[in-house]
Amino acid sequence: MKKTLEQVGKYVNLMKKTFSLPDNWRMFWRQLPLEMEKLGINTVGIIVLISIFMGVIMTMQTIMNTENPMLPRYSTGLVLRDTLLLEFSSSIMSLLLAGKVGSNIASEIGTMRVTEQIDALDIMGVNSANYLILPKIIGLMLCMPMLVTFSVFCGLAGGCGVAIFTDMITISDFIYGIQYAFIPYYFTYSIIKSFFFGFVIASVSAFYGYFAYGGAIDVGKASTNAVVNSSILLLAVNVILTQLLLV
Amino acid sequence: MIEVQNISKSFDGKLVLDDISATFHSGKINQIIGQSGSGKTVLMKSIIGLFRVDSGKILYDGRNLREMRMKEIKELRKEVGMLFQGSALFDSQTVLANVMFPLKMFSPMSVAEMTERAEFCLTRVDLKPQAFNLFPSEISGGMQKRVAIARAISLNPRYLFCDEPNSGLDPVTSILIDRLIEEITQEFDITTIVNTHDMNSIMEIGANIILINKGKKAWEGSKDTIFSSDNEALNDFVFASELFKNVKKTQLKNNS
Repeated sequence: MKKTLEQVGKYVNLMKKTFSLPDNWRMFWRQLPLEMEKLGINTVGIIVLISIFMGVIMTMQTIMNTENPMLPRYSTGLVLRDTLLLEFSSSIMSLLLAGKVGSNIASEIGTMRVTEQIDALDIMGVNSANYLILPKIIGLMLCMPMLVTFSVFCGLAGGCGVAIFTDMITISDFIYGIQYAFIPYYFTYSIIKSFFFGFVIASVSAFYGYFAYGGAIDVGKASTNAVVNSSILLLAVNVILTQLLLV
Repeated sequence: MIEVQNISKSFDGKLVLDDISATFHSGKINQIIGQSGSGKTVLMKSIIGLFRVDSGKILYDGRNLREMRMKEIKELRKEVGMLFQGSALFDSQTVLANVMFPLKMFSPMSVAEMTERAEFCLTRVDLKPQAFNLFPSEISGGMQKRVAIARAISLNPRYLFCDEPNSGLDPVTSILIDRLIEEITQEFDITTIVNTHDMNSIMEIGANIILINKGKKAWEGSKDTIFSSDNEALNDFVFASELFKNVKKTQLKNNS
């Protein structure tokens, strides 16, 4: 318990250092698009691929498991849309991103720590936390809504593919389903969640990297801890946000 | 000039530095020597302010580091250059970008002026222009040390700290790096503190030497007085090998 509290204290102090004014705004604005490219744009491929496949699988599973004459045929599209909007594209996709982006951030910063590059920044008088972590957090928070939107559309495209290439459901039933009883707030909810998830992934991973010490094995441990703990925290934040925004 | 007065530092109740006082002069190579685990790295990091000492004073030309606010420490650090054991170059940036980095962060120079200054520093440490656009992973260990020295002096520091600058280098390159540090120290009148346990380096450039043994200052002198000292801790450390024992005997014989 004491160790956990100490960790929380260290995390809060690190965030205080991170969210101070940059030493040099020009350097910050130069760094931000680079981080957005590295953490966001370079992740689009995997997001598209996973979302399409999940869209296909969810559509097929929904059709196969709801063969009930009481249920309208368009319900498949409706289920897929709401699942994507409410949970898959924001929460599950964020868990996947915690693995890819989180380990990337933790290992990058952790390597900088063990090779004394962070000490070098500190000795130069640079606020190392602010210089290294802030562009990553802001960059990922800005990219997350874009990634979530991509994921939703790709998931729906995957479902469409099932309707087009199989005879499990007609395309008109599917399209009617994804339009039926659409609640625009669900999209807003998904975007709001993605901002918070972006913050959790980047900040928790950066925390574990920043306080890594030792050698390659320790950077590996820091990277694993970053993924595990940011995933747990994502789920906890998801519960809180769902309670606050939907219930 | 940097003065440390009666500084002590402990970790989890274990005393690592015990009441150390010393003066480090400008324009001279000041060396902190000692066995691994003797506390010399802790002493250097305490002087820089990376570790907060438990008691004592650390004076940078009369300015007490322990009484400074964070903002003042940040300002002081702009006067400090540091050469790390592993060079600590930013591996995502080219050699030139590494040297330009402190200038970009803290100087009001234009890009052309920054480039000119960085190129001057790199030329000063004898690096050829062909290496300027390479990445740290593409150059040798010795060249990396040179780049690190160039980066450390880019902002015209008043204080230069070198943590085991010869570690991992062959004897020829080690001497070149030592001489380079000495030249730069004298040319720019910098207060240079070198942390080392390299005997060649001690004999080559040690103008003011402090021996740390089990967290205490055990001896203070220079490369010229090292042979005549009968300090037990010094003799155990410096003349541990047969070769240096024989060198000492010959030296004392010649002197007498």
